[in-house]
Amino acid sequence: MTSPLEQKKIKITGPSVVTANRTWDGAVIYRTAQQSWSAELSDAAIIRTSDEARALLAESVADDVGAIGAYIAPVEVKDGGKIKPGNLREHIRSQGLTIDLSVPA
Amino acid sequence: MPLVKHGRIATDIFVHVPDGAELPGDGAVVVSAARFLEDPEALLKRSGKLGVTWPNNRDVDDLVPYLERLAVIALVFPTFRDGRAYSQARLLRERHGYDGELRATGQVLRDQFVFMLRAGFDAFEVKKESDADAFAETVKRYSVFYQPTGDGRVTALNRRMQLRHSESAGP
Amino acid sequence: MYAYDELDRTLINERVSEFRDQVKRRLSGELTEDEFKMLRLQNGVYLQLHAYMFRVAIPYGTLSSKQLRALAHVARRYDRGYGHFTTRQNIQFNWIKLAELPDALADLAEVGIHAMQTSGNNTRNVTSDQWAGVAPGEIEDPRIWSEILRQYTTLHPEFSFLPRKFKFAITASEHDRAAIKIHDIGLRLLKNADGETGFEVLVGGGLGRTPFIGKTIKPFVHGRDILSYVEAILRVYNQYGRRDNIYKARIKILVHELGIEKFAKEVEEEWQQLRASALTLDDSVIEEIRSRFTYPAYEKLPHMPDELKQAAHDPLFERWRKNSVFPHKVQGYSIVTLSLKPVGGPPGDATADQMDAIANLADRYSFGEIRVGHEQNLALPHVAKRDLPVLWKALDKIGVATPNVNLVTDIIACPGLDYCSLANARSIPIAQELTRRFSNHDTAGLIGRLHINISGCINACGHHHVGHIGILGVEKNGEEFYQITIGGRADENAQMGTLIGPAVPYAEVADVIEDIVEAYLALRDRPEELFVDTVKRLGVEPFRERVYATR
Repeated sequence: MTSPLEQKKIKITGPSVVTANRTWDGAVIYRTAQQSWSAELSDAAIIRTSDEARALLAESVADDVGAIGAYIAPVEVKDGGKIKPGNLREHIRSQGLTIDLSVPA
Repeated sequence: MPLVKHGRIATDIFVHVPDGAELPGDGAVVVSAARFLEDPEALLKRSGKLGVTWPNNRDVDDLVPYLERLAVIALVFPTFRDGRAYSQARLLRERHGYDGELRATGQVLRDQFVFMLRAGFDAFEVKKESDADAFAETVKRYSVFYQPTGDGRVTALNRRMQLRHSESAGP
Repeated sequence: MYAYDELDRTLINERVSEFRDQVKRRLSGELTEDEFKMLRLQNGVYLQLHAYMFRVAIPYGTLSSKQLRALAHVARRYDRGYGHFTTRQNIQFNWIKLAELPDALADLAEVGIHAMQTSGNNTRNVTSDQWAGVAPGEIEDPRIWSEILRQYTTLHPEFSFLPRKFKFAITASEHDRAAIKIHDIGLRLLKNADGETGFEVLVGGGLGRTPFIGKTIKPFVHGRDILSYVEAILRVYNQYGRRDNIYKARIKILVHELGIEKFAKEVEEEWQQLRASALTLDDSVIEEIRSRFTYPAYEKLPHMPDELKQAAHDPLFERWRKNSVFPHKVQGYSIVTLSLKPVGGPPGDATADQMDAIANLADRYSFGEIRVGHEQNLALPHVAKRDLPVLWKALDKIGVATPNVNLVTDIIACPGLDYCSLANARSIPIAQELTRRFSNHDTAGLIGRLHINISGCINACGHHHVGHIGILGVEKNGEEFYQITIGGRADENAQMGTLIGPAVPYAEVADVIEDIVEAYLALRDRPEELFVDTVKRLGVEPFRERVYATR
């Protein structure tokens, strides 16, 4: 969970996606293979090499109006192709808070 | 890169001459601090106005002996987030009484115009044409200022004091 | 409470218009994120993990009931129905949309609330003691000077692009509730031999990667000179603070690298030129600001009203009263702390409903005023003692009467990895688990005053360095681990805690804290010896042994 804001080199250690936040409302988004963004992790383009990552990231960063803070995030790809977040940070971004906010009685 | 003076886009009569390049005969020029300090008297003797670009990581003290003879001092914002030139500007204007043209260069953007004016800049090499066009409008954004600078604007505190005095002065 | 006048309100409105224009230009693409980011930070807008976070200023922690209702409105209308009070007396909303922010700011501007400079490389909220103006033994209300400084530092043209953020805190009491020693500039208000107000000025305090306790740069600066003196410090910092490395850019690094004597000399040289300037505050100006602070029309009330005598029979009321109610400088009144640390709850949060209810209670029982403390609790500063029993029932009903103020479950925690993009690890679930482990309030009472501070990363927003017990989230091989320190203090005897041993995994943190507390109970020489004093007396070793014996 070291902040990916501190990523300097592009290093792919497994299947990854490019993720960012939507500019107008801050929502978590994932880069698709169709030059667009989706709020669903299942729509994300999977990248497996540094070259693919570099290209997808460059394309994402170029969309400065639509998205901010794009970076490369690890995922797990299950049998059957289901994409799951690859670490706790991405789990939280995709699923939300891990805590119960309800006001105790 | 448009120059803004007196609230609008103006023709820049000054030419930035890079180090090593020949100076034009008698035109208005701006040279680097390094070039200037090599032989200030020679440059000042030239007919034609002289300006100096002063880096933002250097004290303005070395420039102080020449203030009265410089037509332009250009200060630098390498990025708009590097605010050292604001201090330099205030020192030149308020401490050392410089009253020539004080020019903002570098990444000069719309949203810092008011700060720059208040710090003493009166000329701006504006990065974007659209920002230059919006200059006059932008400087009207604020009418209340909390702290005094050399720009002469009355601070909120002083306005309150004035209001109080006129209230108590009575009819 | 300071009454904003037309000039203050005009400035806030002008700021809202400017930001509205900036957001418009951002969303149209006219401004790139690189150009916009600092502008939005200067209006308190961060990008966090799931959304933008919006930090609203609560100058020196003072709110009117009207203002608290406006915060509730923002929580409901623009967010998810709750807010989080911070260690700098501000409030944060976690789910805000950039496109709606100008409207949220406009709504807040109507009651004199803004978000100017709550982030960015500029001066931040000037914090103070949440008991300012009502604490017994206070020399003078420090909020008057906080307001003077707030105005001076707001949209200062020279200092809006400093090397890094810059934080002020002011205290006017012997016991420092404002933690001035861990601020970039800390001011201790005092009187000279002629009874004139002035400040001991400290610089270079701060936490984070390189924690430092602030050093005295000048033992007494006269009140009239405080702005010119601060200007001198800021000017030296603006020019010479490092800009090459964001981890070395705070003033504490400059002070450390130059040494305090050299730094003081630089400031003194600059100040000698500024002393006689327009920044000198004459008495009429200070009085003008002071006059805009209104104080309640306190009644003449008995020291021990009947209502209180009767309620003393109720053990639950008594437990709360002894824990959460504090002496007031005016006889017959009290300062009441509202605990935002319910068992199992995220520390420092309040729902919109709670905020509205507290605002109503403030109107009825506290002359319409609420305070925010840096320990992430609220306070009602002007409660008549006779009203305590009925107030307690009402507070209990809305869940802000947990009798754990200053106890082991009164935990200070940053939002951590659940919210924050800078975090390495979560902090809130650790806090929640700890409140469950120590949920027995009588046990917590027996343990006594014990401040636990949790930070999810080295940026230390939870102030873990100065916690009696400090917990710092780190990452090891993709897992959450926590370093534990003990013996820190944030007050007038401020010092950093000491690491007790290797970091422990998430699942063990609560066990470790229980071990530390058990060790303390066994080792203290009498019940009144506070945890932090036992650590001072015995050192870290006995605690380390206990914790790591089986780990």
